[in-house]
Amino acid sequence: MSDHILEMKNITKTFPGVKALDNVNFQVEQGEIHFLVGENGAGKSTLMKVLSGIYPTGNYSGQIIFNGEVQDFRSIAESEAAGLAIINQELALVPEMSVYENIYLAHEITKRKIIDWNQTIHMADKQLKKVKLNVNPGNKVKDLNVGQQQLVEIAKALSKNVTLLILDEPTAALNENDSENLLNLLVELKKEGVTSIMISHKLKEVTAIADSCTVIRDGLTISTLRKEEIKEERIIKDMVGREIDNIFPQRPKYKPREVVLETKNINAYDFASSKQVVKDANISLRKGEVVGLAGLMGAGRSELALSIFGNPRDYERTGDLFLHGKKVNFNHPGEALKSGVVYVSEDRKSEGLILRQDVKQNISIANLRSLSKHGVIDKNEEIIVAEKYRKDINIKTPSIEQTLENLSGGNQQKVSVSKGLFSNPDILILDEPTRGIDVGAKFEIYTLINELINQGMSIIMISSELPELLAMSDRLYVVAEGKITGELSKEEATQENVMKLATL
Amino acid sequence: MRIFNDLWQKIKDKIGDYRKYIVRFFSDLWVVFRNNIRDYGMYIALVTIFIFFTITTSGLFLTPRNVFNLIQQTGYIAVMSVGMTLIIVIRHIDLSVGSIAGFVGAVLAVLIVTYNVPSVLAIPMVLLVGLGAGFITGFLVAKIGIPAFVASLGGMFAYRGLIFNSLQSTGTLGLNDPIIHAIGGGTIPAITRVAGMHLLTLIIGVVGIILFIYSTYKTRQEKMNYDFKVLPLDLFIAKLIFISAAILSITILLALYKGFSWTLVIVLVVVAIYHFMTNMTVLGRHIYAVGGNPDAAELSGISVKKITYFVFSSMGLLSGLGGIMYLARLNSATFTAGEGLELQVIAGAFVGGTSAAGGIGKVTGSVIGALVMASLINGMQMMSLGSNIQNIVSGVVLVAAVIFDVKTRNMKKIEA
Ligand SMILES: Nc1ncnc2c1ncn2[C@@H]1O[C@H](COP(=O)(O)OP(=O)(O)OP(=O)(O)O)[C@@H](O)[C@H]1O
Ligand SMILES: [Mg+2]
Repeated sequence: MSDHILEMKNITKTFPGVKALDNVNFQVEQGEIHFLVGENGAGKSTLMKVLSGIYPTGNYSGQIIFNGEVQDFRSIAESEAAGLAIINQELALVPEMSVYENIYLAHEITKRKIIDWNQTIHMADKQLKKVKLNVNPGNKVKDLNVGQQQLVEIAKALSKNVTLLILDEPTAALNENDSENLLNLLVELKKEGVTSIMISHKLKEVTAIADSCTVIRDGLTISTLRKEEIKEERIIKDMVGREIDNIFPQRPKYKPREVVLETKNINAYDFASSKQVVKDANISLRKGEVVGLAGLMGAGRSELALSIFGNPRDYERTGDLFLHGKKVNFNHPGEALKSGVVYVSEDRKSEGLILRQDVKQNISIANLRSLSKHGVIDKNEEIIVAEKYRKDINIKTPSIEQTLENLSGGNQQKVSVSKGLFSNPDILILDEPTRGIDVGAKFEIYTLINELINQGMSIIMISSELPELLAMSDRLYVVAEGKITGELSKEEATQENVMKLATL
Repeated sequence: MRIFNDLWQKIKDKIGDYRKYIVRFFSDLWVVFRNNIRDYGMYIALVTIFIFFTITTSGLFLTPRNVFNLIQQTGYIAVMSVGMTLIIVIRHIDLSVGSIAGFVGAVLAVLIVTYNVPSVLAIPMVLLVGLGAGFITGFLVAKIGIPAFVASLGGMFAYRGLIFNSLQSTGTLGLNDPIIHAIGGGTIPAITRVAGMHLLTLIIGVVGIILFIYSTYKTRQEKMNYDFKVLPLDLFIAKLIFISAAILSITILLALYKGFSWTLVIVLVVVAIYHFMTNMTVLGRHIYAVGGNPDAAELSGISVKKITYFVFSSMGLLSGLGGIMYLARLNSATFTAGEGLELQVIAGAFVGGTSAAGGIGKVTGSVIGALVMASLINGMQMMSLGSNIQNIVSGVVLVAAVIFDVKTRNMKKIEA
């Protein structure tokens, strides 16, 4: 009992219309890596927000005992002072500031009340080395991609003297390599005496490094598993309340049909980062086919997708795009949409969703045309549509009138995917569609993808989860530094082959 | 005897049911009210202000004549607040609207007086001038990419200068045009007066109520066809009665005096069009999407540029309309016409619940917001309070309204 660094007792937290936590008990031992898992909307993030003072004392009921003392955190500042740092699911960096400024934001290194920039840069560099992020600390955060930003967040947390590190889905935006680095990092920190609580939907990570694991479902603690009890099947069973034996639904082998989309020597130059992001890309997509784009983060997969999808970031583009054999060059996403090409962004918060609007408005926004007559929206039909997706992929929300801000991360992601699906395209580009989604819901989305493929839709899928990409794709392109470094058939597509091409 | 006892028991049960019913009715009402306090807050504020001034002026405030004047004073601000709502919704601001209004008024006066252009022709012409001015701001913001604050600040100075240019040779320009006169203070024809009341006003009021009841009823019926949640019937009826009574009492109040003014008609038409556009149409939804998250809107196939052009042009057009109403009210074009008006318009929008962070705001809210601000001024003037007090109170109310708005934002909403 005495070596519990943290004990949360009978925690209950309600939001209007939702009981997010219902008498949750949660214990973490000194110096362990403790995973917190559960379905989307189970209450994981909420529990951690209660712990770290984001929901101040009085906002919930129950008791928090940290380092042997009862704690009543009223803010993050207070929990940090006690030695507790949280990295949220939604990144909290200032895009316009440099990396080093961000790392030491709100705990600046000072000498006689004046910020010591040299020391700051020096220390920031050290932290960046620890998280193996190879960027100039003077770069602005907005110029980094999501994955790199996540690493900056971790560096920032490490720069505070933490004894308990809380990570809410830190690897959701990372690829295999970087995730592995991060896991190794946690193991190393453990040796230095740092305890970690980590939320993740990637069960492989749990089996790899967890010392123990707590499963919550619908705001209730279901089980706490010791290292020797941790098995994927067991976790899944506790998470969803039933057994899932097949993570990827089967689809018959693809029989080639006509080419629907083809790119010829697409090049894209990004002025904002002064970088050529796509180099001579030639890809093709056939009817009813899923083509995967594999690669490391920042390899240029999203950039290629955006170059096809009407170029919203105003890259300087050359090359040609052929749709059903006809040359088209979309100059705005609207044109692509009209021609039946849709892109679902990897970054749901900043590019995918309108967080201030409700679930139904977000689902319908890209395809209001189909819900309206003479420009007037049929709001009743809109409700029907939203209810359908809520049911189909199990979006957990008290109602479709709920503002998106109030949904859990995974459920927001489901809305983002629903929006893409509802625009009913011929060609759907899914960029990290299952980021932050639980195993059960992933299965639902894969099933939906298979259904759409059956109906003749063609899909380009970008994913950093290689197993998912290998299982779902009929064919794969590997992208590295903006170039297509290889094309692999279903049979050739193995983990090793992909990694070889990705690091070429 | 037994029969008597039975009967008594039945009556008692009925009364018991009745009590339970009343309790349920009011608790339901309370829930609906609490969940929608954000929407009702503005109306409650307005009613409170009305009651307050009616008491402090011993009833003078609520005389038909003063309510009529109040509407005349609010008209041009209200119309422009409608446009400003959309500007703020898409995360911009427009400081040029006061000067545009003044400029459009000046041009109209010059056209009518100096060039003898008939007003039916001159009015559409100057509305186009307003539209064009708005389009230019839109161009600077959407195409050139400068902040709207700067672009419109430039416009504010430039159009003020142009007013001086237009009126240089004539000085302040008085008008004597029947149409302009009607816009400024005229009312719709009465046909005849019944029981001392303006007949056409009464007819329009009653027709309006019928239309309102019919359309709300139809919406509810459609929802029920879909099996969606609707208000319980008793609450629904209570809502209909309440709103109808409100419309009816204002109608009667105005009918007792000169009836509906053309100003009121213009405001109602503008609000109806914009309310419909923002709530029911694809265009409206696109505007809110751009305000809520421009990047997401762009990736949803919405052209942020086009929406920006549209919203600024509409603001220009409404500034033009406001300018005409302003000119008509004074019946003369002056060098200072519309000075500071932009701030009153912006205040109306903010008091009405428009969020500076974008994506949230209702045109009806802004009109009520404008009316709240105008009522305060009007009431305080009737109480003979000095302009120092008037300004302090206006400032405090503006900030208080926004505080209320921010604090109630995260409360749950249900359909009412
Ligand atoms: N601010 C809020 N207002 C209303 N409801 C909320 C709010 N935040 C969370 N919820 C609700 O509380 C529940 C738990 O949410 P939480 O974010 O903790 O889930 P989670 O387990 O972290 O899920 P995910 O895996 O998707 O991140 C969800 O049903 C969510 O809709
Ligand atoms: Mg979460």
